[in-house]
Amino acid sequence: MNPSSGSVVFQNVRKTFGAFTAIHDLTLTVDPGTLVTLLGPSGCGKTTTLRMLAGLEHPTAGRIIIGGKDVTMLPANERDVSMVFQSYALFPHMNSLENVAYGLQSSGMNKKEARQKAEHGLELVGLAGLGNRLPAELSGGQQQRVAVARALVLEPQVLLLDEPLSNLDARLRRRVRTEIRDLQQRLQFTAVYVTHDQDEALAVSDKIVVMKDGEIAQEGSPRDLYEAPASSFIADFIGEANVLPCEIIDVSGAQATVSIEGLQHVVPARGARAGRGKLAVRPSAITLEPADDAAFAGRISHAAYLGDHIEYEAETSGGTLFVVDPMVDRPLSPGTRVSIGLKTRGIALILD
Amino acid sequence: MNNRNRRLNLVLAVAVAAAILLPWYRIERGFYSFSWLGDFPQTDATAPGILQLFLHGRWWLLAVFAALAGAFAARFVTEPMRRGRLLAWAGGIGIFLLALQGLAIGATGWTWTISETLFGQLANGQPSMGAGAVVTAFAFILIFSFGLAEQGVMRGDAFVVSIIALLIFLVAIFVFYPIGSMFVGAFQDFDGSVNFDGFTRSITDPSIWSLDCVIGGQRCGVAWRTFFLAIMTAAGSTALGLAFALVATRTRFPFKKGLRLLTVLPIITPPFVIGLALTLLFGRAGVVTQGLSSLFGVEPSRWLYGLTGIWIAQVLSFTPISFLVLIGVVEGVSPSMEEASQTLRANRWRTFWRVSLPLMKPGIANAFLIGFIESMADFGNPLVLGGSHGVLSTEIFFAVVGSQNDPARAAVLAMILLCFTLSAFLVQRLWLAGKNFATVTGKGDSGQHISLPRPLSVAVHMVVIPWMIFTLVVYGMIIFGGFVKTWGLDNTLTLTHYAKAFSVTIRDGSIAWTGVAWNSFWTTMEIALISAPLTAIVGLATAYVIVRQKFVGRNLFEFALMMSFAIPGTVIGISYIMAFNLPPLEMTGTALILIACFVFRNMPVGVRGGVAAMSQLDKSLDEASITLRANSFRTITKVILPLLRPAITAALVYSFVRAITSISAVIFLVSAEYNMATSYIVGLVENGEYGVAIAYSSMLIVVMVVVILAFQLLVGERRLRRENRVAGLAKPEVPAFSQEKTA
Repeated sequence: MNPSSGSVVFQNVRKTFGAFTAIHDLTLTVDPGTLVTLLGPSGCGKTTTLRMLAGLEHPTAGRIIIGGKDVTMLPANERDVSMVFQSYALFPHMNSLENVAYGLQSSGMNKKEARQKAEHGLELVGLAGLGNRLPAELSGGQQQRVAVARALVLEPQVLLLDEPLSNLDARLRRRVRTEIRDLQQRLQFTAVYVTHDQDEALAVSDKIVVMKDGEIAQEGSPRDLYEAPASSFIADFIGEANVLPCEIIDVSGAQATVSIEGLQHVVPARGARAGRGKLAVRPSAITLEPADDAAFAGRISHAAYLGDHIEYEAETSGGTLFVVDPMVDRPLSPGTRVSIGLKTRGIALILD
Repeated sequence: MNNRNRRLNLVLAVAVAAAILLPWYRIERGFYSFSWLGDFPQTDATAPGILQLFLHGRWWLLAVFAALAGAFAARFVTEPMRRGRLLAWAGGIGIFLLALQGLAIGATGWTWTISETLFGQLANGQPSMGAGAVVTAFAFILIFSFGLAEQGVMRGDAFVVSIIALLIFLVAIFVFYPIGSMFVGAFQDFDGSVNFDGFTRSITDPSIWSLDCVIGGQRCGVAWRTFFLAIMTAAGSTALGLAFALVATRTRFPFKKGLRLLTVLPIITPPFVIGLALTLLFGRAGVVTQGLSSLFGVEPSRWLYGLTGIWIAQVLSFTPISFLVLIGVVEGVSPSMEEASQTLRANRWRTFWRVSLPLMKPGIANAFLIGFIESMADFGNPLVLGGSHGVLSTEIFFAVVGSQNDPARAAVLAMILLCFTLSAFLVQRLWLAGKNFATVTGKGDSGQHISLPRPLSVAVHMVVIPWMIFTLVVYGMIIFGGFVKTWGLDNTLTLTHYAKAFSVTIRDGSIAWTGVAWNSFWTTMEIALISAPLTAIVGLATAYVIVRQKFVGRNLFEFALMMSFAIPGTVIGISYIMAFNLPPLEMTGTALILIACFVFRNMPVGVRGGVAAMSQLDKSLDEASITLRANSFRTITKVILPLLRPAITAALVYSFVRAITSISAVIFLVSAEYNMATSYIVGLVENGEYGVAIAYSSMLIVVMVVVILAFQLLVGERRLRRENRVAGLAKPEVPAFSQEKTA
């Protein structure tokens, strides 16, 4: 593990802006050398959390501990963290080398040494030789890498990334997120990553912290969140889901038998008891078969062909279902009456 | 913690040095003469604070030094929050006590009767504050700021807290303290005792409030005359400005560049020069008057001297300003609105009247208020053209300098003037603020403005072209006026006026500046050069605080600051004399008072430029710098300032130029030693030496043009005047143009 990487602890942190409470009571631990994503819709408090970690905002109450040291009241420039900004915030009047060397020189390193280290930093992100370019002369992806290099050369205990990919186009986004993850794995630094894009979060994280209205909705590994969402909010936010009411008929051991619109299904029990419940069903976990008569019947209301799959909306007695069907060779036209079935995977009981 | 101790140690050391090494009180012959070094530290006049306390019986200083001792004690407290709290209290109480003792104890003892009855008479008073006291005051401010920062205020950023505290302190001293003194002055007699007679007499004076002219009497009071004049000027300059703006943006007028050049004129024209040129044209001995007289036998009259003349001069002076504001407004109307209107089957006429003009209305109202405030504040033109029919600003002047010598009356008049301009300012800020339709420039707003309906186009051309020619004639008069012996009487060309003003002889191998103008010219240059960078620093620091920092009372701070810009120069002038003529702060007759006046009067230039430029800098640049271990100081010097270079240059040039052209406040503050060019020229005009006056004025204009051009060549910055031409009312800083006085 990278010797400089540190842990992060939030202890009962609260942050208010005037009458508005941005963060209610946040307690969170980030282990050294891991990449943790703060994920949530806009206004959920994820950026505020990151900014408090950076020292750009000070909490109203609670403590923040980085690498075992209480930094709650420490100004941003005295904290051992560095940040990649959403807009990159590269200084437009300095070339990329000067940008990368800026933080080193602020920390008191002499100019020559700082430049050498900055060169090394640029090399690390694959921009060797582009040191004398101004930010305006770099492409979006290159600018982004300069921003990462500028933050990394300081060898901070924690690297903070604030929606680092949001200014890139879709194709580039995928490549850069892989690069960031590779870099993090290779150098083993602690990183806190803010995004509102769940694909991005699933792809890069060791742990995802989903936030909603200034509180943590659920935290866990990407697999935990996807396969065992704690609430219908999580189920719908991490990969879409149809949330359907169901009847839990029987619980035996780790398995529960549920009944939904007359259909019986076995799912992990997750500690549920018999009675009414809710089921999160992934769009790809639903099968549609043309049929005039079925236990769980529906009618196609919309269909959209998307190349490798077809998206359907099906009207049922339980509401509208969103379905992703990989069988593109068998399109169903709107108006078709269908029988609805469930696959074994992609269905989870929700406990809220 | 180390860093915190280091900066605190430094400030405490400075405070101690100020108390034992610097003369506490003001040195009569000037601190920088260093004449005090010989007597230091024994004599009563030169002793440092600590000796004043022990040897010269100024026991009240004990309170101040006790606060300083408190700060010392707090330094050794280890618990950070407690230490911060103690430091803030020590600094705050220190500055409060320092101000209190200064205000309470004057040259002869207690200033207030209440303290005298409470504590008995004092054996001796105290002179004005000097170097020691002033440095101690700044030390207290810094200690106070450090204390707040250590408690986590402004995210613990001591630099930012200090800047905010210093700015508030300076603005309080140089803007609000003088105004306050002036209000107090209205209720005081010469000896300083409270007396309401003068106030009652002045405020009810029929020469101020009489409405005789309405009911057919002779003339109205000066307050009403000023008000009517301001309404007329505002209407005139707004109408003309709108016509110019329409011609410049919506017609195929061939000289649009020339029109835009017009906007530079008010920057470089000393405010009374238009009046002067009009005198040479239409005065009793003016060229036109004499010409008409000899050609048609029209009897020369004095019609120019009075409200009519002032009105013409003011409309000439302020039309460019209103033009500048209205260009933004006219261009700010989104072309897509007009295109939408046309696709909805409206013709050009209907589009203009029902869409374009209504959208411009708030902007036009804004231009009107600007004209109103400018006219109210104008001092130069009424001084030259007013004759006996003065307006408020000149009446104020004559109330203090003339035979009347009635400061209470001047204060009352100044209060009336202030009420007028502040009301207009409040209307502008509060009522107009929410009524803006002008679209902000940017994406998705393509398309072309439609041209004017034909009859309207003809009409605006018929207004604009004669007025342009008139303006050219007036400016021609300014430039060539200095080369003619006596206008109207003896039109022979001559260089004597220039020779008289600017002659240089070489005597014994050294240059002797024998011209009469040199003395005031060099003083003007010196003071303008000193005050320009200070103005830029204070202005940009203020802009930084307003744009980049969130703190309790920021809106109030901004509002108070903007309001202070609406205070007419004359009011500032009179209030500076009333505030800084007596202890605790005595500055009249020095260069310092002129510099302070310029810095705080021209601050809007820096503030506005800085606000506009800084709003365009992404805040994440600052934050990036801070997270990259840089402190605020490094952030400002390495990131913000380099990116603000154009704004800085503009602020520098502009405040330099305005220091040269300013007259209204300056005329109260000049002294024999520090006479400024503008007040010297006004003196020439009063003596009837028009030739030399106009020669000197045109020389000033040339100097300013050279300075502006030189800076533009140097920096390649072309937008000297405004950052964003098209934003219209969209941003508050653009209409804030109004608060800038040419006078």
